[in-house]
Amino acid sequence: MKRAAWSLLVLIALAALAAPWLAPNPPNRRFDDLLYAPPTPVHIFSDGLHAPFINPLRLVNRLERRFEADAATQVSLRWFNGTLVTADPDADAPLLFLGADGYGRDIFSRLLYGAQATLAVSLLSALLTTILGACVGGLAAYVGGWLDGVLSRVSEFVLVLPAIYVALVLRAVLPLVLPPSTVFVLLIGIFTLLGWPIVARGVRAIVLVEREREYVIAAHAAGASDGRILLRHLLPASAGFLQTQASLLVPAFMLAEATLSYVGLGFPNTIPTWGTMLQDASNVALLGDAPWSLAPAAAIFVVVLGVNLLAQSHGRAPVQLEP
Amino acid sequence: MARLLARRLLFAGVLIALTSSSALFLARLAPGDMTSQLGPFASPVDIENTRTRFNLDRSPISQWGLWVSRAMRLDFGESFLYNRPVAPLVVRAAGNTALLGVVSLLLATLAGLSLGVFTGARSGTLPMLVRSVSLVCVSLPPLVTSLALVFLAARTGWLPAGGMVSSTASDQTWSVWMLDVLRHLPLPVLALALPMAATFERLQSQSMADAVHQPFVLAAIARGVPATRALLRHAWPSSLRPICGVYGLAIGALLSGSFIVEFVTAWPGLGRLTFEALRARDVYLVAACAASGAAFLALGTMTGDLLLAAADPRVRQESVG
Repeated sequence: MKRAAWSLLVLIALAALAAPWLAPNPPNRRFDDLLYAPPTPVHIFSDGLHAPFINPLRLVNRLERRFEADAATQVSLRWFNGTLVTADPDADAPLLFLGADGYGRDIFSRLLYGAQATLAVSLLSALLTTILGACVGGLAAYVGGWLDGVLSRVSEFVLVLPAIYVALVLRAVLPLVLPPSTVFVLLIGIFTLLGWPIVARGVRAIVLVEREREYVIAAHAAGASDGRILLRHLLPASAGFLQTQASLLVPAFMLAEATLSYVGLGFPNTIPTWGTMLQDASNVALLGDAPWSLAPAAAIFVVVLGVNLLAQSHGRAPVQLEP
Repeated sequence: MARLLARRLLFAGVLIALTSSSALFLARLAPGDMTSQLGPFASPVDIENTRTRFNLDRSPISQWGLWVSRAMRLDFGESFLYNRPVAPLVVRAAGNTALLGVVSLLLATLAGLSLGVFTGARSGTLPMLVRSVSLVCVSLPPLVTSLALVFLAARTGWLPAGGMVSSTASDQTWSVWMLDVLRHLPLPVLALALPMAATFERLQSQSMADAVHQPFVLAAIARGVPATRALLRHAWPSSLRPICGVYGLAIGALLSGSFIVEFVTAWPGLGRLTFEALRARDVYLVAACAASGAAFLALGTMTGDLLLAAADPRVRQESVG
């Protein structure tokens, strides 16, 4: 189970990295006659076995968004033509594995490119959160006294607040329209600010126990400095906890990004992320006829499931209560 | 017990005051103010009048002072967006959120605990099945469940896909209105309760599996106490500690989760109101929303503590001693 979870997560990360090579279409290319178009199935039978081809979609009724596959025409697929596979560029019939969104953009390609932004934000936030939390928690436990008191109170306070509301407030009080790179840094900053107490609390508990152990006293006696003891002896003792915690933070941050982008306070719609893509699903009237717009939600589920399986195999109940 | 309660009440007061004040400051200090809602062609006089009416012409500190002194007299200011006092607006939205939250929490607790006791104490095919289903459900965050359920509702028409009351039922008699709300309730409740029930199930299952092997349970069985009674009366209460420990957190998660569920299913609760208020820089509405959210949280952590004290005799003794 552990290996399955790992391979699932690695596969998703690789797909994100290889997005420019795997995506059949550019993520922001609009196919004007294919708004909310259904997926184009790849056929391999046509009077016997045939090289893979697709039937182009023809718009039958623009108002009802009804499409019909033109069975008479066969558009062959081009392999290794800059990308892994794409439809014949002369035929004006794009290969849409997961249909098109409300602007006529290829959902599958956007899903791959969206994984880049979404995973980058959540991985970087999780990394920064873990580092900051480890430092604060270690310092609080090692120094003790008033510093411990202050840091513990602050982290308790941040912990009780419902994270998504704080993120919402922090994001909403800034200018509503910002360039994507600023949003990227801003989201990471907000998530780190909200996440560190979870890590700090755990590290503090571990360091409090560990610093009474013989090897720490021995290090003291050998003349090691406080910084060295903390960095080289005490924090490594909490490495296992940090690993699990960091892996649990990734899906939490991914969801936070998706939520903020979904309500329109994250990335702008031109940047494909799993959150901005889900905005298309917010139209209930269209959702019933276009289930493929839920593809990002499915992708989120797969990542969360992978991380939870991993946590479960580490013997920890997968608790998704924090952020 | 009384001292625990008093400490909790004090904490609640501090939490409410702190969050609502910081929300007021943040909304005030944010770039732009509510007058931008008047549109690009608003006359300078209108803008000036609006700013005076909502005390935006004062310094943030003196505005805060005025707001505090009025809040003491239970006057929480007016909303610019809705052009009426914020208190009834927020009370109504908070009531809707509370309905959603309480029903979800009850459902999640009932389902999660009973299934958790079952899978923790037994082994076999059925508990194994429950365990795998719950592992899948833990990984279904409210964002995903609510979207999926809305899709199902839109596709099948079994349940209304969004909102709390149909437009036809809102001016009918009380019983019709009630029934209509009950028809709208299952979708958001399920979206919220599913991952939470699964989390409770996992926690309860683990602690139950530990509790079954405790010496006092073994002793009870050795004394001839029937196995079911030994499990439910002896092992189960002592296994509740981890659950009660996260109950406070669960309330926070419920509040966080209810935001996106309300957004997706168009439930007229606190989440949507807060979002609208924030976007419009409606300062007093933001502060009132933050205050009621904090009140929910305080109530939640308090409930968690009290439940823990009620369930586990060891905690009662600690707080006495």
